[in-house]
Amino acid sequence: MKYKVPLIFAFVCGILVVISEFIPHRPFNMLITTLQDWFMIISGFAIILGQISLFQANIKKIRGKNPDWPFYLAGLISFSIMLIVGLFWGTQEYRGILGHGDKIQAAIGMKPFDYLFANAFMPLSSTMFSLLAFFIASAAYRAFIIRSFESNLLMITAVIVMLGRTSFGGMLTSWLPQGLYFLHLPNLSDFIMEFPNSAAQRAILISAALGIIGSSLRIILGIERSYLGGDK
Amino acid sequence: MKKILLVLLMGLLLSFLFAKSSFFWVEDVPWDDGKALIIKANVPADTVYLQKALEDGSWQTLYAGKGINLEYTDSELNPDLEYRYRLLVPRPTFGDSISFKAIAKPIEQWFYLHKLSYLLILLAVSFAIVYYVQKARKGKDYYIRRINGLDSIDESIGRATEKGKPILFVPGIGDLDDIQTISSLTILSHLAHKAAEYDTEIIVPCRFSMVLSASREVVKEAYIKAGKPDAYNQDRIFYLTDDQFGYVAGIDGIMVREQPAANFFLGSFYAESLILAETGFSTGAIQTAGTAQASQLPFFVVSCDYTLIGEELFAASAYLSRDPQQLGSLKGHDFGKLLVILLIVAGVIAEMSNWHWFKAFFEGAQ
Repeated sequence: MKYKVPLIFAFVCGILVVISEFIPHRPFNMLITTLQDWFMIISGFAIILGQISLFQANIKKIRGKNPDWPFYLAGLISFSIMLIVGLFWGTQEYRGILGHGDKIQAAIGMKPFDYLFANAFMPLSSTMFSLLAFFIASAAYRAFIIRSFESNLLMITAVIVMLGRTSFGGMLTSWLPQGLYFLHLPNLSDFIMEFPNSAAQRAILISAALGIIGSSLRIILGIERSYLGGDK
Repeated sequence: MKKILLVLLMGLLLSFLFAKSSFFWVEDVPWDDGKALIIKANVPADTVYLQKALEDGSWQTLYAGKGINLEYTDSELNPDLEYRYRLLVPRPTFGDSISFKAIAKPIEQWFYLHKLSYLLILLAVSFAIVYYVQKARKGKDYYIRRINGLDSIDESIGRATEKGKPILFVPGIGDLDDIQTISSLTILSHLAHKAAEYDTEIIVPCRFSMVLSASREVVKEAYIKAGKPDAYNQDRIFYLTDDQFGYVAGIDGIMVREQPAANFFLGSFYAESLILAETGFSTGAIQTAGTAQASQLPFFVVSCDYTLIGEELFAASAYLSRDPQQLGSLKGHDFGKLLVILLIVAGVIAEMSNWHWFKAFFEGAQ
């Protein structure tokens, strides 16, 4: 019973969604949005589970004086502050329990939640994202080390593409005669991106799409059950 | 004779009444969800005004411009309502304008004809999968090529066990409505089972609460199946945050502090893929990644020891379980690939032969 009911649901919903993709008539054309709405409602309730998990995990580590307990405390305090200011004074146009907090808004220029979001959360998020630049450099360095024929080829291609995307690359080969203009670095770079690169990406996308069809069919037909936690 | 003439006259009158105007007329958009109408006009005038009647009786101008071969699609309509349009052709010399009127109701159809090609491909691949699954059920044994990324799971768990360190499993940043997350959870099931057998700790940080509940259920069942329900630690499968980079920061912290011996990044990944993989690389963990996001694969290939590329992620469950039925479905994928190759070749030949209908059919042209 524990597996049968979800399997029946998966089968019915899966078939209905596939059918609705090809039938524009009501009620089929409304099904996907309806199911998405249901998913959102369930997700909304499930958020509480997440918050409980977050609290439990952090409190246990703080109580147990885990070696890094101050980090967990900082996380918990941040979470609580955002929750409290959001509940009390709301966010953007939404009012909180204590209204819009006009006096605080007059002092800091916006609602406390929005203030913390713009001045604490966003810079932290951007900091994490900016790390990507350094990681790309270190990953590219490793990828372009010449070890074999393939890595050699990779490095040459990468250098062409990188130079071709800069004005310096264009300047380097600007002296080429009209007949050899296809060797102009920006043209070579465009060629690599448009043909070999697109072809490889599409091959991966097509095979992934077939994988998705197969995976979905296995789930709809109940052949694949491990996502439910068991296969009996 | 008089009667015949009368009937003919009536017929002529009716045909005039119901005939489609050759100056201004409205057509329903064929094979759609009844939310659009095409308004057409063919009036030799430099300026015409196309207007739609609103509920309050006023007219809203939809188009102003030349009247020759005019075609305007009015979308976002309600299939239950009737819509009135008029075309005004100003006559400056007379100081007035000629008005043409048309009424139409959008109709909901029962099939998207432009999706016929998709339906045919879907049916062909689905039938192939079902056919091979049936054959597998009857005992047919299929050969599946080795997938190093999946073979490495045992190696990774073995290494973590030897070092006495945990395994980190990241189910991606997609929610449970993403098929990549579901595929990721099927791998988690096998991984957790092995981890339970070897008494190795498994850490699963989740971005969404739904994924958290599903992951907990999957790991718990795996521990029960392995006969070690007491070893299951719910606290190691936890929610971090819904925010993309907050989630990455949390996982990076876990990797640096707890130094897992094996990292698994399987599921849907976007800009955070390289941040995760490079941090994992810096800790010296053995790393396996897998995603269907083609743009993130190069990052994983560079920074991880093993990468599941595209469909390998979806084939993982079948490959790991060695269930004949699931292996049969992988043969169905191969049929799909063959079909796509044949269609590409046929498409190239058709285009070279100027048979553009073939490409148009598969592009979804109406």
